[in-house]
Formats: sequence, C-alpha cells, structure tokens
Amino acid sequence: MRAVGIILAGGNSKRMKELSRKRAVCAMPVAGSYRSIDFALSNMEHSRIQKVAVLTQYNSRSLNEHLASSKWWDFGRKQGGLFLFTPSFADASSQWYRGTADAIAQNISFLKTSHEPYVVITSGDCVYKMDYNDVLEYHMEKRADITVVVKEMPENFNVERYGTVQMDADGRIQEFVEKPVVAQFNTISCGIYVIRRRLLIEFLEKSMEENRYDLVQDILIRYRGLKRIYGYKLHNYWSNIATVEDYYRTNMDFLNPEIRDYFFKQYPDVHSKVADLPPAKYNVGVHIRNSLLSSGCIVNGTVENSVLFQQVYVGNNCVIRNSLILNDVYIGDNTIIENCIVESGDTIQANSCYKGENGIRIVVEKGERYTI
Amino acid sequence: MIVKKEMIAMLLAGGQGSRLGILTSNMAKPAVSFGGKYRIIDFPLSNCINSGVDTVGVLTQYMPLRLNTHVGIGIPWDLDKNVGGVTVLSPYEKISHTDWYTGTANAIYQNLTYMESYNPDYVLILSGDHIYKMDYESMLDFHKENNAEVTIAVMPVPKEEASRFGIMITDENRKVVDFEEKPAHPRSNLASMGIYIFNWKTLREALVTNKEQPNLDFGKHIIPYCRDKGAPLYAYEFNGYWKDVGTLTSYWEANMELIDIVPEFNLYEEYWKIYTKSTSNVPQYFGTEGTAERTIIGEGTEIYGRVYNSVIGCDVTIGEGAEVRDSILMNGTRVGAGSRLYKVIAAENVTIGTGTVLGEGRDIPNETRSDIYRDGLVTLGEETEIPAGVRIGKNVMISGVTTADDYPNGMLESGRTLVKEGDVE
Repeated sequence: MRAVGIILAGGNSKRMKELSRKRAVCAMPVAGSYRSIDFALSNMEHSRIQKVAVLTQYNSRSLNEHLASSKWWDFGRKQGGLFLFTPSFADASSQWYRGTADAIAQNISFLKTSHEPYVVITSGDCVYKMDYNDVLEYHMEKRADITVVVKEMPENFNVERYGTVQMDADGRIQEFVEKPVVAQFNTISCGIYVIRRRLLIEFLEKSMEENRYDLVQDILIRYRGLKRIYGYKLHNYWSNIATVEDYYRTNMDFLNPEIRDYFFKQYPDVHSKVADLPPAKYNVGVHIRNSLLSSGCIVNGTVENSVLFQQVYVGNNCVIRNSLILNDVYIGDNTIIENCIVESGDTIQANSCYKGENGIRIVVEKGERYTI
Repeated sequence: MIVKKEMIAMLLAGGQGSRLGILTSNMAKPAVSFGGKYRIIDFPLSNCINSGVDTVGVLTQYMPLRLNTHVGIGIPWDLDKNVGGVTVLSPYEKISHTDWYTGTANAIYQNLTYMESYNPDYVLILSGDHIYKMDYESMLDFHKENNAEVTIAVMPVPKEEASRFGIMITDENRKVVDFEEKPAHPRSNLASMGIYIFNWKTLREALVTNKEQPNLDFGKHIIPYCRDKGAPLYAYEFNGYWKDVGTLTSYWEANMELIDIVPEFNLYEEYWKIYTKSTSNVPQYFGTEGTAERTIIGEGTEIYGRVYNSVIGCDVTIGEGAEVRDSILMNGTRVGAGSRLYKVIAAENVTIGTGTVLGEGRDIPNETRSDIYRDGLVTLGEETEIPAGVRIGKNVMISGVTTADDYPNGMLESGRTLVKEGDVE
C-alpha cells in the first residue's frame, strides 16, 4: 500500500455540552448503529490502507471499548493493523498531547518504522465516505507537498468553527484562515490531509524544536507560502458532528432517502463493531413514521421523525418526536419526548415529559431501572 | 504441541430436512433462516460457546455451500480458536471403500481421527435441527456425577404425543432402564432430544465395533449396543424451550412464537446470547405510512407498508400500501406496493410484484405434496419472482422466475405447485 493512516480522535468539544461527559466526540453514536469513527475507519479499510494509528486522549474509555477488536474493519492482519496511541507517561518530561502535531510527534516512531511513502491524516468526528486513493492521485498529479480535502459550503453556512481556504485556479491554497470571526471564503477544510511521510517527519521534528504543536497553525498555515499546498474538492456528503446542533442535524440527515441510500445502499459499506443484538420488536399499539430504528429495540408506542439507536425500549402510549434516543435507553409508559437527544443508558420514568423548546434539549436521566 | 479438550462437540448438519420443502432445495436444513436474522445452526453453535465447548466439528453432506459460508472459520460465535474452534467435516475419499455419510453414527465414525486429535474425555453429539438454549456444561456435570458412560438429553412431552418420539424409561435416579422407538403405548413421557454425551472410549469402541452396520445410526444402533453391553446410560431432563422445526408448519409456528410480548423463547435476554453472522449493520427505516405490530424485523429493512404478526429478515423492502400478515419474509425479499400477503413464507431474495394478493382463497390441499404445503401457507423458494397484479391461493408452492403467462387470468388457485426451472439444472 502507498499510505499509512492516522485518525485524530483525541478531541473533546465543549459544544457537545453534556454529551461529552461520557465519551470523546469520535465515539459518539451516529445513524442508529454506528460510531463516528466508523466512517474514517471504513474509509481507510476501503482505501486499502492497512496500517492505521488512532490517536486518543480525552475520555477514551468508550472509544477504546469500541476499538477493542480491529477485526470489524479487517485490520487484524499480519501486515499493518490498528494502532491505538494514548498519551503515556514514562518520566517527568512526559506530556499530554498538546496539539494535533504534538500527538503525532509523540508517536513519531509509527511514521519512522513504516515504509509506505504517504500518510493520510483524518479526523474521526466526520461523517463521510471517501476513497483516499483519489486524493493521493490528485496529490501526485499536482506535485503537491500537502493536499487538504476541502468542501465548498453554501453561502449561509456558518464557517466560524472551521478552517477556511482560498484556492487559485490550479487548486493551490493561497489563503488559510483558521476559525474566522468574519468569513471571507466559504470553502472549508475537512480535516483530511495527504502528505509524504518523510516530509511530515521533517515538519514534526522542526515544530517540536520550536515548541509548536498544532498541525493547522504551525504546519499548514505557517508553510503555506513556502510549500505547495493544494486543496482537493469533496463533492459528496460530509458532515462534522462536533456541536450539539451539527450532531443532531447529521443524524436527522439519515432520514433523507438520498443520504440513506448513499451510505447504506451504495458501495462500500460502513463497518462497525457487531453488537449481536436480536431483531427489533414491535408490539401492539405501535405507530412509526419516518424514523430509523436499530437492532435490539422494543417498541410499544409512537415514534415520529426520530432515530432510535440500539436497544431502546419505548413503553406504552409514549410519543417520541424529532428526537435522537441513544443506545440502551429505557422509556417508561406514557412519556412524551420532543426535540431531544436522550443520552445513552438513560432510564426515563413513566409519565414524564421532555420537550426542547428553543433548540435541542439534552436529556440525562439516571433513573432507577428494574430489570427482569 | 500438547492438545487436550475435556469435551468436544460433533454437530450433525448434513441432513436435507425434506419436510421443509422448497426451503431446503439448495441448502441443508441447519442453514435455513430463522427468527429474522438467524439461521437454525446458530442455536446449537451459540449453545456450544455459551457452555464453554470451544471445539465443534460440523458434519455436512447435503448442499453444504450456504452452511460453509455461514460457518466460515467460526468468527461470529468466537469459535475461531488457535486450538480447536469450528471445523467443517465433509465426506472424503479414502484409499478403499469411499462412502458418503450413510447414517448419523456412520458420519461420526468416519471422523474418528478428527476427534482423536483433541484427546477428549467426552464427546457431545448434537443435531442442527432444533431451536433451544441449553447449557451442555450442566449436562456434563450430570454425566460425571452419575458416572455415566452415555447421557441422553430428554424432555417431558404430553403422553398423547409420546408415541412420535424415542422414549426413555428410567428409574428414580434417572438411569435408563429401557427405551422404545415411537411406541404405540408409551411407558414414559421422556422423549430423547437427539443430544448425547458419550465417554470418548465408549463412543470409539461402539463405533468401531459396529462399523460394518449399514446406515449406522445413534438411536437405532449405538444406544441399543451400549445398553446391551451394560454401559450405564442416564437421562438428563431438560425443561426449557425446545422446538423441532422439521416441518413447514412447525417452522412457521416456531417463528410466530418469537413475536409474543414476552415470548417463551426470549432472544432479548442479555444472558445466553444467540450469535449469527451479521450481513449488515444498517438500521431499519419506516416511511411515513409504514407501521408494524407484533412483528420482529432485522437490520437494513425498509417498511413503507403495514406489517402485522410477522417475522421479517434483513434488507427486506415492503412497498407503500402493502399489507403483510402472519408471514415470514427472509433476507432480501421485496414486496411490491399495494400487495397483500397472508401466511406467506418467502425464502431469501424473493421479489413480489406490485398489487399482488397471496394466500387468499379456498383451503384446497396441495396437488403435489399435501403433507408439506398445508395449513394455508404460501411457500416461495429462494430467488422466486412473482409478477405484478396476480392473485395466489392457499397451500401453494412457487419456485423460480414466474411471469404473467404462468398465471391464467392472473390467478393461481389454492393447492397449486408452480416450479419454473432456473439456469441451474
């Protein structure tokens, strides 16, 4: 293979509010039966990248559990494999990952001992399908030093939490403004990069000497005049889930038939850890409209315009509308839930009512559950 | 390398199961879908790993391809082991007198070398025909406590049904004193479940001694031989759910029992999971007019119509305005918009056109196999296609790609059999 992969999965986001208490953003459940990182991992798999490092830091328990076996993405191979790098402390000089570049630099032996000429770096909190070989081809064709995957967003799209770029006619990046207060361009970086392995090692070693730790600020922006940095335009679906609103919208996007078809029916499949759950079960008095439901659910009530993740129990006379119910939630009888995200493992008492009035309400309820 | 397994299992999965009709036309019975996303063999295989039996020989003979691809190297059941795990054992050529597996015990006899290589103390004999959850380890404990040489799992059945089974007559310590095959006047109600634990030495000796017996069978030859020899035989009583799915009607009933509010056979317990090879992880989608009641549904299925009292597999599509009742639709089946289905068993990847009606009409017995296609069921073989707009009666079997020309006046009367030859013989 021509490249090794690196998935940046260490991030936390305050914008995920209560949802970030339990897990890193990359471990967020998405589209009923996936985790956010499954998309990046499946892309690696289908791009035939066999050696992949996942860099984790913040609250990685849930993510580690998900990645405990790499066989779901076919990485349990003699050649290559899945490498999990969490900060480790050897002596007094050991540090947490101080930034994306630092995270890779602290594991530079992964790069040094590889022999593949290229590195594909992606973040693990984006929902997309991509064959990285297309970017590699482009990268070589343009004789680029770094290629950044970019996406043109609609005029009204709020770019303030993204890196924005301006490219010339050839695709070379002229301007790169990280998290602009006033947006000048609406083409954003998707956080996916292709770079020669030796060049990346060189960049990282230099940055470490200068105590610079950020991939975007200290490498991309710093070297944009000196090096040939190109943008590769992505035209298909891509969505970052790192705020509550984006997370909610991304999940609701799967109710759209084109998007569902693109991810679920078109080659290649997105792979995830197999949960070995029984089929979903629908009892008497069920009404379901325009909703996704996952394995292991037991439904007795009404569900509309919602996504139910795995092993959700919905009691009698419940009404669930415009909501995301994450894994393993128990909802007691006669409960109304509207415009909410219900955190996984919750137990909602019977006869409750939760409504998001101005925007999405996050419900975290650790009620007592009696299991039979 | 030193290999030692206390107990290994031998799973008999070579039978055709002809009473399942068209469902086993191109796969062995243990490979037939069950309960939406499972196949029948998932139940004994899951029981094995849940009981701590990690070495399983699966004996195949009839139409093994589907079974082989399903079992693979045993990953879904965690039976991909460095030592042991699952091994598919098919009949093989020998220097002299090459044989098919001619009987249940003959199949085991032909694989003595396999069993020997694990140096076992006990061998568990299983069949791939039943839906149940059973802890073979507690059966082994019982076997050891009684210093038995052979233990036969039995279950109490109603007296009036006892004459359909092999019946064990035991003393108060559950020691088998006698047994009778399908007796007219049963002296006990303990029916053999076809599950045996043998001491390895006892089994090997019995198989070698009786190797010349044609169609060597456990029930007919090996168990009587062990009794006559005076080996201690014990009956291990099992009281859980155990369902034979040998006929289309019992297969349909067993599926329907899964949709009760709290089914007797509960797949939703955390303890004793049933594992299967997952083909898809995709959630299921309900359209704006879709609904389901008293139904279980597998991954990736899209429901735009209404489903009642049914068992639906993975990647099934039920079109707008369609109504499905009391039916079993296996993986990949597509039901056209506006169709009405009653008591249909559709094997995998069946395509039903729009506006059809299946399973309505008079109750006329099937013209070719009234013993199989009965009780009002409409049975559709794998990859069958039904054209749009046709009406199909009860007790019907259809297989192959059918077109409007096969349905005079757009009808197929109750009791008819319609088989269209495919590309393969």
